[in-house]
Amino acid sequence: MKTQMKHEKILLSHGSGGKLSFFLPVLENPYLESLDDGAIFSVKGEAWVMTTDSYVVDPIFFPGGDIGKLAVSGTINDLAVMGAVPRYLSLGMIIEEGFSFSDLEKILTSIQDTCQQAGVVVVTGDTKVVPRGFMDKLFINTSGIGRIPDNFRMSRKIQAGDKILINGTIGDHGTTIMGQREGLKMKSSLTSDCAPLNDLIRLLHPFGQAIRMMRDPTRGGVATTLNEIAEGTDYGLIMWEENLPTKAEVSGLCEILGLDPLYIANEGKVLIIAESSAAEKILSVLKSHPLGEDAQIIGEVVEEYPGKVVLETQFGSRRIIDMLTGEQLPRIC
Amino acid sequence: MKHLVEFRDKEIVKKLVKQISNIAEGVPKVKLMEVCGTHTMSIARFGIRRFLPENVELISGPGCPVCVTPNAYLDHAIALGRLPGVTLTTFGDMMRVPGSSGSLEREKAAGRDIRVVYSTMDALQIARENPDREVIFLGVGFETTAPTIAASILMAHRDGLKNFSVLCAHKTMPRPMEILASGNEVKLNGFICPAHVTAIIGAKAYQFLAEQYGKACAVAGFEPVDILEGIYLLVRQVREEKPRVENQYSRVATWEGNKQAQKIIEQVFEPADAEWRGIGTIPESGLKIRALYEEYDAENQFQVEIEPTREHPGCICGEVMKGSKKPPECNLFGSVCTPEYPVGSCMVSSEGTCAAYYKYERL
Repeated sequence: MKTQMKHEKILLSHGSGGKLSFFLPVLENPYLESLDDGAIFSVKGEAWVMTTDSYVVDPIFFPGGDIGKLAVSGTINDLAVMGAVPRYLSLGMIIEEGFSFSDLEKILTSIQDTCQQAGVVVVTGDTKVVPRGFMDKLFINTSGIGRIPDNFRMSRKIQAGDKILINGTIGDHGTTIMGQREGLKMKSSLTSDCAPLNDLIRLLHPFGQAIRMMRDPTRGGVATTLNEIAEGTDYGLIMWEENLPTKAEVSGLCEILGLDPLYIANEGKVLIIAESSAAEKILSVLKSHPLGEDAQIIGEVVEEYPGKVVLETQFGSRRIIDMLTGEQLPRIC
Repeated sequence: MKHLVEFRDKEIVKKLVKQISNIAEGVPKVKLMEVCGTHTMSIARFGIRRFLPENVELISGPGCPVCVTPNAYLDHAIALGRLPGVTLTTFGDMMRVPGSSGSLEREKAAGRDIRVVYSTMDALQIARENPDREVIFLGVGFETTAPTIAASILMAHRDGLKNFSVLCAHKTMPRPMEILASGNEVKLNGFICPAHVTAIIGAKAYQFLAEQYGKACAVAGFEPVDILEGIYLLVRQVREEKPRVENQYSRVATWEGNKQAQKIIEQVFEPADAEWRGIGTIPESGLKIRALYEEYDAENQFQVEIEPTREHPGCICGEVMKGSKKPPECNLFGSVCTPEYPVGSCMVSSEGTCAAYYKYERL
């Protein structure tokens, strides 16, 4: 807890999923130390994954989804990027006194719809109601478990020459939420990319070992996730600015607000690092799925710049893409 | 994205890079200062330094409003925020800036009512909706934001709003450029003049820098094409030994500037000496709320005890802002001072020179 001691109190920026994680020093164990989206453990020779996440997005309804769809999709995606086929979820809700029943019903329906779409079931749950003012409207926690198919074991080790792929445009979710926030009265056609990715990712299982690893670039965006991948390895990651799929509305709003889409949360995106020879084939499989239409090969693993992420700008100059420090946006997921 | 894509066009950029290299050939070292923090960020983000010939050097200047705000101001704001019934409103940039011992971010975590707003109008709205709170807006910036703050004071005055005030630390531009032009510390050949400040004050504001100090001046926009074209104009002026003011950013900035904005600045504020963090007091380089509107001046309205100002002895933000040192020359840069644990505001402001170097130039 040494670095945290400097502050004494928790700051909003501690929750951005950047450098400031503080669980590990106290709860030290090999599962947590892997710093993955979930823990892999073995049950009777089968590999299972467990993960958990809490959702505090504000507003709770937003274009493209709501806190319920987000809570189911987020946990499914954490399992799917670990290579698992998501199976069972738990659902915990903390509700503020006075919250409307009809909104709760809408959110539960959305949870059920997303579960059905993704082929998972909520098998256990819990609700707590707290006095008005103790928290804001509704917070959700979901945990999930899923099994990794025997023929799909990712090495989780990157090599020079590997390609980096993404299944579509970056920064849609965070920018949408930002655009919805009070005090920023902007009309736009932005929608969150919030979606369960297990159906898309299942299409990648036949590639087996050619897929080195997958991650979902949620809080902190693509930049933060790639930094986490590069950190502590002997390799650098280069991204090609020209290939980064970004919606014009997202770039536009980011320009106005002084944000960088690379650091903005996604809720329906997967980063894939794959063997170079399979990259084109994987790209065409991604593009065949509705959630992968805008997929691109966005970069590659190199021997230069060990441990770092570097952007090659459209003009050919290169610059570092650092880990996000501090919050860019509060309560986006 | 119209008017953005065009100004990032790869082919035009290539062409300009070639033209700069041609015009700079045989010219002795050209030192140009980009005054504005947004230029600094843009230059770093697009890697523009790497496109320039060896004899053309870009030096970052004092044009980041957060960076030049002295610690004492932040300490003052923190003290105000601790008064019962006070709500502080601020642009997001100020939240993580270190004061002598605290920051607004940490004050917020400790339970003070501190809210990030996107415009002074939001702050006014908070005041209207919370008549039992004293809403203080932290007025930090240059001529670009000064008109909006003036407008909020005029609106509060018109509506008889009694619970709104501004803690004003506004600065104005041409004076510090004059100090840098007349000093010997950095031998500058010219300035990339700030874009949005010029939209308000007009390009004519820099004429004296060309005429009295022989400095090349070009107003340029923030996109790669803008900046490169500005550099081209400046190097050409230096080559021809004909310093003058040229305006590359004519799509937004004019010779005369925005008269209406100038008028309301003049109506609400009067010029005042101002302290620039790390640089010192510069005469007539700031704005003070006129006596007529003193009820909106938080400095007058609230008496608070402010902690003694402390600065980290190793911090060289002042040298960096004057252009005499570059961030990596600072012993604290990247080790003791990082965006997570900033020592000086230059490391945490989104327009700060140290932040730009830390974020983009560490390859």
